[in-house]
Amino acid sequence: MMQQLSTKIGKLGGVYWLPVVVALIAFVLIKVPSTWATLTVAGLAMGMMIFLMASGLSLVFGLMDVLNFGHSAFVSFGAFIAASVLVGLSSWLSSDNTLLNMVALLLAISAAVMFGALAGWFFERVIVRPVYGDHLRQILITMGALIVAEQIVLVIWGGSPMSVPRPRMLEGALIWGDFSVEKYRIFAVILGVLAYVGLYLVLNLTRVGLLIRAGVESRDMVETLGFRIDRLFISVFAVGSALAAMGGAMWAGYQTLISPALGQEMMIIVFIVVIIGGLGSIQGTLLGALMVGLMGNYVAFLAPKLALASSMILMVIILLWRPNGLKPALK
Amino acid sequence: MTCLSIEGVQTNIGRYSVLHDVSFDVPEGEVFVLLGRNGAGKTTTLRSIMGLWSPHEGSIRFRNTQLRGLHCSDIARMGIAYVPEDMGIFSSLTVAENMLLATRGGHFDKPRLRRIYELFPAIEEFWHSSAGVLSGGQKQMLAVARAIVEPREMLLIDEPTKGLSPAIVDAMAEVFKEIAKSTTILLVEQNFEFALELGQQLAVLEDGRIAHHGSMEVFAADSDLQNCLLSLAV
Amino acid sequence: MTINATQGRLIVRTLAITIGVLLLVAPFLFPAVRSLEVAARICVFIALVASYDLLIGYTGIVSFAHTLFFGLGAYGCAIGLKQMGPSWDSVLVGGAIGVLVAILLAFLIGLLSLRVKAIFFAMVTLAVASVAMVLANQFSGYTGGEDGLTYRVPELFKTATKVMTDESGRVIKVLGVKLNGKLAAYYFVFSVCLLLFLLMLRLTISPLGRVLFSIRENELRAEAIGYRVVAYRTFVFSFAAAIAAIVGVVYAIWLKYTGPETSLSLTIMIDILLMVVIGGMGTLWGAVLGATVLVLAQYYLRDVMSAGVSLTADLPILPIILNPDHWLLWLGLVFILLVYSFPAGLAGTLIYRQEGD
Repeated sequence: MMQQLSTKIGKLGGVYWLPVVVALIAFVLIKVPSTWATLTVAGLAMGMMIFLMASGLSLVFGLMDVLNFGHSAFVSFGAFIAASVLVGLSSWLSSDNTLLNMVALLLAISAAVMFGALAGWFFERVIVRPVYGDHLRQILITMGALIVAEQIVLVIWGGSPMSVPRPRMLEGALIWGDFSVEKYRIFAVILGVLAYVGLYLVLNLTRVGLLIRAGVESRDMVETLGFRIDRLFISVFAVGSALAAMGGAMWAGYQTLISPALGQEMMIIVFIVVIIGGLGSIQGTLLGALMVGLMGNYVAFLAPKLALASSMILMVIILLWRPNGLKPALK
Repeated sequence: MTCLSIEGVQTNIGRYSVLHDVSFDVPEGEVFVLLGRNGAGKTTTLRSIMGLWSPHEGSIRFRNTQLRGLHCSDIARMGIAYVPEDMGIFSSLTVAENMLLATRGGHFDKPRLRRIYELFPAIEEFWHSSAGVLSGGQKQMLAVARAIVEPREMLLIDEPTKGLSPAIVDAMAEVFKEIAKSTTILLVEQNFEFALELGQQLAVLEDGRIAHHGSMEVFAADSDLQNCLLSLAV
Repeated sequence: MTINATQGRLIVRTLAITIGVLLLVAPFLFPAVRSLEVAARICVFIALVASYDLLIGYTGIVSFAHTLFFGLGAYGCAIGLKQMGPSWDSVLVGGAIGVLVAILLAFLIGLLSLRVKAIFFAMVTLAVASVAMVLANQFSGYTGGEDGLTYRVPELFKTATKVMTDESGRVIKVLGVKLNGKLAAYYFVFSVCLLLFLLMLRLTISPLGRVLFSIRENELRAEAIGYRVVAYRTFVFSFAAAIAAIVGVVYAIWLKYTGPETSLSLTIMIDILLMVVIGGMGTLWGAVLGATVLVLAQYYLRDVMSAGVSLTADLPILPIILNPDHWLLWLGLVFILLVYSFPAGLAGTLIYRQEGD
């Protein structure tokens, strides 16, 4: 009977319904529509930012069979670099001129993204390439890199939390009657959706994307068709790191207060998301991220002590049902 | 004229020596069949040629170029196509995308594609469907079609009839006969009848060594030899 | 001068046994209070790292949950001592509960995730360990939250306890060292860790050990020969967890304090990884070497760095780099270099002489 149910659900869109189910259950539990709406938007915003952070990890593993335990270092650096730019341009941010606001924000995000891409390129060449094919050493060496990166953040930005200013135009909320939605969160959702759509289009409509999708399934076979897929690796890695940095930058603006422990905190969440969603597909990562974002916010409201544990419980339940995650890339 | 010349090839997997002193020549424009029991080393031979496994010793010459030591993508770009035993279909891609990947420039030669549609009707039928939904026989067809979507110099095909129904095998034989008119084929097979119908030259591998090498005509006529080498008579 | 494998093995074992002997007589050889702390920590980490080596070196399982099991034992004992008072019963009950929970948790995680790829498993253990740490902080009623728990230990181990007294009631000194509770506590730590180490050594020599090794070498072949790989791995995982938990109990008694920083934090996990990489994977003796090197470095390197800071105080960048607070940065770099060029560690390189194997 479980099998029939599974097939039926599959035909109707399958696991994509899960976030909706979670939202509906939460609605029943929370009862107050305006609170539910705020939490849902917060959950979506958070989910989108986490998606940015996690998509690189997932794709890199799917394509290159490399698990980068140092991935959250890019998130950390992205957050702090963006924060520094925003602090530096705080006069632009607090002005009423929306153009200045946007430019400042754009500069901050771009700085983070560029750093992410460069750092990713460097990381792939120096840290990852020497240990291709050896999972054990990959795990160890990337963990080491994470420690070093975190320490560098500590050295450069110090150990105390840093306050992050937001652009004036994104401050505050849109209010309709009882419903209030923070502008920044809407921005985060829009950015995340754009990123996802961008990734989706590249993966599905371009030749490069075709190569990546085929390579995720079988690297050998792509090479016997005449393509040197390892040249693609470094680009994918750099893009993944850039996205992570972007996620970090957005997160800095979201939290408005960041600390050097950010890398470690996000690492756990990113891993849980990637485990839930499955490795190698952006659809899976998006699913996982939305689930974690939504659950995190709902549970924080309903039972605060269980907030982080709820993500883990979710992970366990999903692993019991699908040991490889919700939508892993086919192998 | 020789298309492919293999000499003294020894390939090891880990500590085990799988191919010993394998030598044979594949004449240009012919179908050369590599026969042998399970584990004899047929797949290893193909993979060694394709550069997926590196021979420990020996030489593999394609026309005048030494293949040994080259990366498999370079070998592929010389015009050698490989259809592996497990077909190598990308199940997460559509049939169209599978075929598209095999083209050098990213677009199809229309007349050629039409001919492929005629030879493999399933390809046209499932053009936009995910390759994962195809049946075994259709996947095999797709694998072969993908290999010939553009003109190739040589095809390396590993057990194309494995697990297929006799009707599909017959259809496949017709397809191969047509392809063989314009391309050299190195065919690994366990299905002797199929091999007999298509091949002009053959070699028999046994425990990683060449046990026999010669023309198909002669081999087909000698049932004692067949018995001895393949434990069956046609 | 090149040495062969047998000579290498001999060197490694001699070094390890020397360290063992030094630890045995440590209180008499190095009477300073701090030295005893270092010695005890080395004992504890030898056992802890050896149990981790069983996982990563012998069976090829990468797990980040090891500190979690260590912490479960420590907290079990600590909560017992806090709630039930300083008696041997509390130690037994609390410790036993801690160890049992560790085994159970290991078993569950093992069954759940050992079916999936190794890399997935590693990530799951990391997630579980991190969440556990947050939970420990949150349920501060029991666990003392961030501050941890301080408690009194059984009579025998109190520093003021006189284990042997002379006629006038004063504590006897041997070689200038008082035979007091602190000494008793140290030998308790030493003997338990020694026993655990010998137990693990025995395991690796046994037929079970060979099966584990063959699973690591080639999982598919092991499965084909008939070994139920998942069962063996779950067993090893639970076994190692149990040992880690027992070590946790011992450490809790020694420190008279248990908190997230001393028993659950990721830093400890990183320490274990470093020790395993420095010492060498797949050779329990390597754990001895690695633990000793790193603990000594942790304690005395910081002093060196502090001295360096005061010496270079007037120069531009050096004080920042030599700041002992940043020693983790250097550790991380050393770690990367080690994984890169000496993946076999001290023992491994000596025994196998192959770098980048």
